[in-house]
Parts: sequence; structure tokens; C-alpha cells
Amino acid sequence: MSASAPASGHSLRADGGAPALAALRPRSHARRKAVDLLIKISAWAAAWFGIAVMLLIVWEVVRRGIGAIDLAFFTELPPVVGEEGGGLGNAILGTLVITTVAALIALPVGFLGGVWLAEFGRNGRIATGVRMVANVNMGIPSIVVGVFVFAALVKPLQHYSGFAGSIALAFIMLPVMARTTEDILNLVPNELRESGLAMGVPRWRVTLGVVIRAARSGLITGAVLATVRVAGETAPLLLTALSSPYWLDGLFGPEGFFGGPTANLTKTVYDFSGVPYERMQELAWGGALLIIVAVLGLNVLMRLIFQRGKEW
Amino acid sequence: MSTLELDAQTQAGPPRGAAKAAPRVHHRFGDPAFRVVTLVSGLMVAIAMFTLAGVLIYNSWTAIQELGLSFLTTVAWSPSSGSYGALAALAGTVMTTLVAMVIAVPLALVIALLLTELVPPGTARVLGTAVEMLAAIPSIIFGMWGLFVLVPFMQESVVPWLTESWFGQVPLLRPGPTFQGGGFSILTAGLVLAVMILPFITAFSRDVLLMVPRVTKEAGYGMGSTTWEVLRRISLRYALSGVVGATFIGLGRALGETMAVAYLVGGDFQTVPRSLVDPGTTVASLIALQFNEATTKLDVSALIYMGLVLFVITMVFQVLAQIWLRRARRTTGGRA
Repeated sequence: MSASAPASGHSLRADGGAPALAALRPRSHARRKAVDLLIKISAWAAAWFGIAVMLLIVWEVVRRGIGAIDLAFFTELPPVVGEEGGGLGNAILGTLVITTVAALIALPVGFLGGVWLAEFGRNGRIATGVRMVANVNMGIPSIVVGVFVFAALVKPLQHYSGFAGSIALAFIMLPVMARTTEDILNLVPNELRESGLAMGVPRWRVTLGVVIRAARSGLITGAVLATVRVAGETAPLLLTALSSPYWLDGLFGPEGFFGGPTANLTKTVYDFSGVPYERMQELAWGGALLIIVAVLGLNVLMRLIFQRGKEW
Repeated sequence: MSTLELDAQTQAGPPRGAAKAAPRVHHRFGDPAFRVVTLVSGLMVAIAMFTLAGVLIYNSWTAIQELGLSFLTTVAWSPSSGSYGALAALAGTVMTTLVAMVIAVPLALVIALLLTELVPPGTARVLGTAVEMLAAIPSIIFGMWGLFVLVPFMQESVVPWLTESWFGQVPLLRPGPTFQGGGFSILTAGLVLAVMILPFITAFSRDVLLMVPRVTKEAGYGMGSTTWEVLRRISLRYALSGVVGATFIGLGRALGETMAVAYLVGGDFQTVPRSLVDPGTTVASLIALQFNEATTKLDVSALIYMGLVLFVITMVFQVLAQIWLRRARRTTGGRA
């Protein structure tokens, strides 16, 4: 390739040009240009490839799933094998409850942890360690989290439950929320903190009333995106919430949130996509459509409402 | 640094006086209390992971004692015939991950180049967000799409074409003894994995490329270098450790990806695949597909052991990723 260009200064002098200029002049200009053009074209091609695959997937889900969406889809129980009609009402409700409880557990703790990292821990040894663990934590496969909650909660209690599912999802959200909070608080200029403290306001009130208020929109975006992300998780729910053909009923009964397997959208979609019954497959695609609309819709919406910085 | 000074100021407190009694209470109890509450929350993040490790080890102890390290060298997972082995799954994991990395890393690098050097910031934001949206699509949807769209396509078009052309003579592409048409295969799973990890590697690579000092790159351009030469000779020199970190992030994701692979890889738990077009399994997808089949105490314990193995493997790569990314931030002068 053009790797030999820098060493070619001497031979170029034969061109008759001024030595200084000649040294700068590349030997195989056309070739360098060609390589560069090739890279540029492949860069565009790669980006469009990624976007095209995304659009293809969305298109396929919309095409196959749109027919399943009607009122019954949201309000009725799934049909038994071979029957027509029915919906995914119980699974939608279950996913909403499981995800909400997970958010209620993980968001406050993650948020406060992030505040500590950004405001108090900063570059200290403990904070560096916690940050490292949080980063690593975000890369733990979700199935491993499922296995963990199964071993810690499902096995001792001897039953699957929606609550176990919430714990698994909360576990996944926790480091995400902590690191997002930290990153966003770091964007708040120090002058804001200093002026608050200069007024004689205690540190905790400066943090809550000034710093966090300044970063409010970013924090809300982070919290919503962290929640949406786990709402589409399947693997951890396979081993924790499992699935149920019934409505979520009460708390501690066999169909209750703490007492037994709880229907949820992702696991139901997974189960129904693999059976050879047309109606069930249609419902699976409907469920997939609902998930993708919620996830991508909220992602785009949050980005449009609160455009984070101008990093790009 | 400045926060330390600020702390000292806060602790000094306002001047004494009866009228100031209320704020002083805040200073004395409010700040330490707030600090402790947030500290405990921060530590929870770390404690959570150590709890996870502890619980996995404790619950796989039965299997560890019973099977020991031969678990890792036994090929087949077939509890009904008394064979508890992770080797087939480990081999499948390595193969799917390698396929994904070979495709995703170069693509991610050139996309990162596009976003940082070739297009104006506004365009870059739109394109970058579009690519990032790939990461927002849940794994199960990649799996369903793969099952209904990609598997038939691979089975009917790609794999027949591959095996009939001279590619079919290349060792890893020549159908092996367990070949089933190639629709459900290591290759199909690897392709989908590549698309799934693409946005992660792209985002991290873009971030490290953005940390390369503007002046250094401009010096390169000023010397008449092309974009590609600046990337290869200057940016990558600076950001290489960060790109390595980004690669490890993608690697860790690919190793642990479950649902999409479970749909597509074929679920052959008995054999080490000889070819990319053969079916296989991965550690993560084996756990997902076999958990509800587990009957005895040893079955369950062995699956948790499998989870522990996966945890350790991904941990190694995530830690490596963090170390490399940190090194990149240091060499480019970013925040540690």
C-alpha cells in the first residue's frame, strides 16, 4: 500500500521539483486516493447496512404483527391451542407490573449511587472500584442474572414468581442507572455547585436542589431508557417469572405477583413464536410489534425531547 | 479537587448565633446523612455483583464436586444419559462469537470513522442514532426475525451457494457430519450476533476516536494525508487501546447473548461443530433451552455451574475491556 511513501523522498528529487515540496509529494497519488475512496465508500455502505437491517426487522415485525392488534389483543387472555381469537392482555399487564416494580427498586438506588459517584466518590479509590464493578456489571449476560435470581429466590421458595422477575430486571437496571446518573451529573458545571455552596446552602441541598435540578431532563431520559431497555428482556424472565395462561391475581396466591408464575410479554412471544398454530404465531408477532413500538418509540421520543449535549 | 476545598468550607459552617441554629442542624446532620445514604447506594452496585458471584458458586457446588473440571472437557450435555459436559457449548460459543467479531469489528470501525471524520456533526448524530437504534431492538425480536426470515434465506440460498462453490472446500465451510442444510447453524447465529454487537462496538470506537486531539489529526491533514491515512497512522495510534476495549465490549456481549442465538443456532447439545454451517449450541442458549427440562438436583446445579462458567468468561473480557478503555482515556487525556 502507500506505507512506503514516507521513505520515498530521495527518489522523488529526480522529478526536478524543490526538495522540500518533493518530500511532501506522495509517490502513488492515485493509489492513495483510491484506497481512501474505497474506505469512504465502505464506511457509508457499512452505516447503511446497519440501518437497512434495522429497517428490515422493523418492517417485518410491522407487516406480520399489525393484523393481530385490535381491542381484544389488549384485553383478552391467550387462546388455547387451536382456537381463534384471544389476545395477550395478561402478558401485557404482567410485563407492565414486573417492569414497574423493577424500576421502583432499581431506579432510586441506582440514582443515589450515581449521585455518590459524581458528587462524593469522584476519583477516590472506592469510587473507582465501584465504577469499574458497575461497568463490568453492565456486561454480565442477562441469562446469568436469571440463573442468579433463580438460585437465590426461586429455588429456596420453590416457585417461580413475577417478583423474582422484577428482581432480575432490577439487577440489570441498577448499574445502568448509576452510571448514567453519574455521567449526566458530571456534565453540570462546577460553578453551579460552587455558587450554591457560596450562598451557605448545605451540600445535600445544593446537590438535590441545584445540581440535580439542572440535570433533570437528562436524568429522566436516563431513567426511562434504562427501564425501557429491561422491558424487552426475555432471558432472565425464562428462569424467574416464567409464564402463565392466567391473569395476574392478587399478591400471594398461586396466580399472585409473589406467589406464582406471572405472564409476561416477552416470554409469551417466545413461546408462541415456536408453535405451529397460526393464531398463536400471529399473536407472537403482535406482541413483538408492541415491544418494538414501545422500545424504539420511547427511545426516539426521549432523544427528540431532550437532546443530550452536542457530542456528535 | 475543588470539591475537597468546598467540603472544608461547608464544614466550617456559618457564623455562630441563635438565629442560625436551624441551618447548622442541616449542616451537622444533613450532609453526613446524605453522604451515607448515597454511599450505601453506590456500594449496593458493587455488593450486588459479589452476591451474584457468591450465590452462583454456592449453588453450583454440588455440580462442581460431582463433575469437577471434567465438566469443561466433556463434550455432550445430555443429563438423561448421565453426561454433563460444557465442551460442545463452549466450542459453539467461541465459533459464533468469532463469526460475529470478524464481521462486526471492521464494519464498526469504518462506521465510527464515518461518524467522526467524514460527515458534519448534524448528519453524524442522525446516522449514529439510527445505528444505535439497533441496540435498542430486543434480542428476542432479532431471534424471531432470524427464525422467520434469515433461516429460510440461509437454508435455501446462501448455504447451498456456499457449499456448491469452491467455498465448500474451505475447511470451516465444508459441511460437517451433523450438517442439516445450514439454516439453523453457527453461521446464521453468528451473522445475527454481528448485527447485534455492531452498535456497541461502533459507539465505543466513536467515543475513543473523538478523544484523539484535534490538533494532531489536523497536523496529519495539513501534511496532505488522506482521511484513511490519518485514521490508520494517527487516530488509531492514539486510540488503539480504546478500540481494543470496544472490541472486548462487543466480544463480551456476543459471548453472553442468549435469545437470538437460542432461536438460530440449532440446539445441538451433543457435538462440537466441525463446520460453521453445522448446527451447535452456546453456553447461554443451552442454559435458556435446558433449564426447564432439568429434573434432578444435579441437573439444576450443573446448569448453574454452566452459568458460573459463562459469568467468569464474560467477566474476564469485561474487565479487560475496562482496563483498555481506561488506558485509552489516559493516553488521550480524557477523564479517567
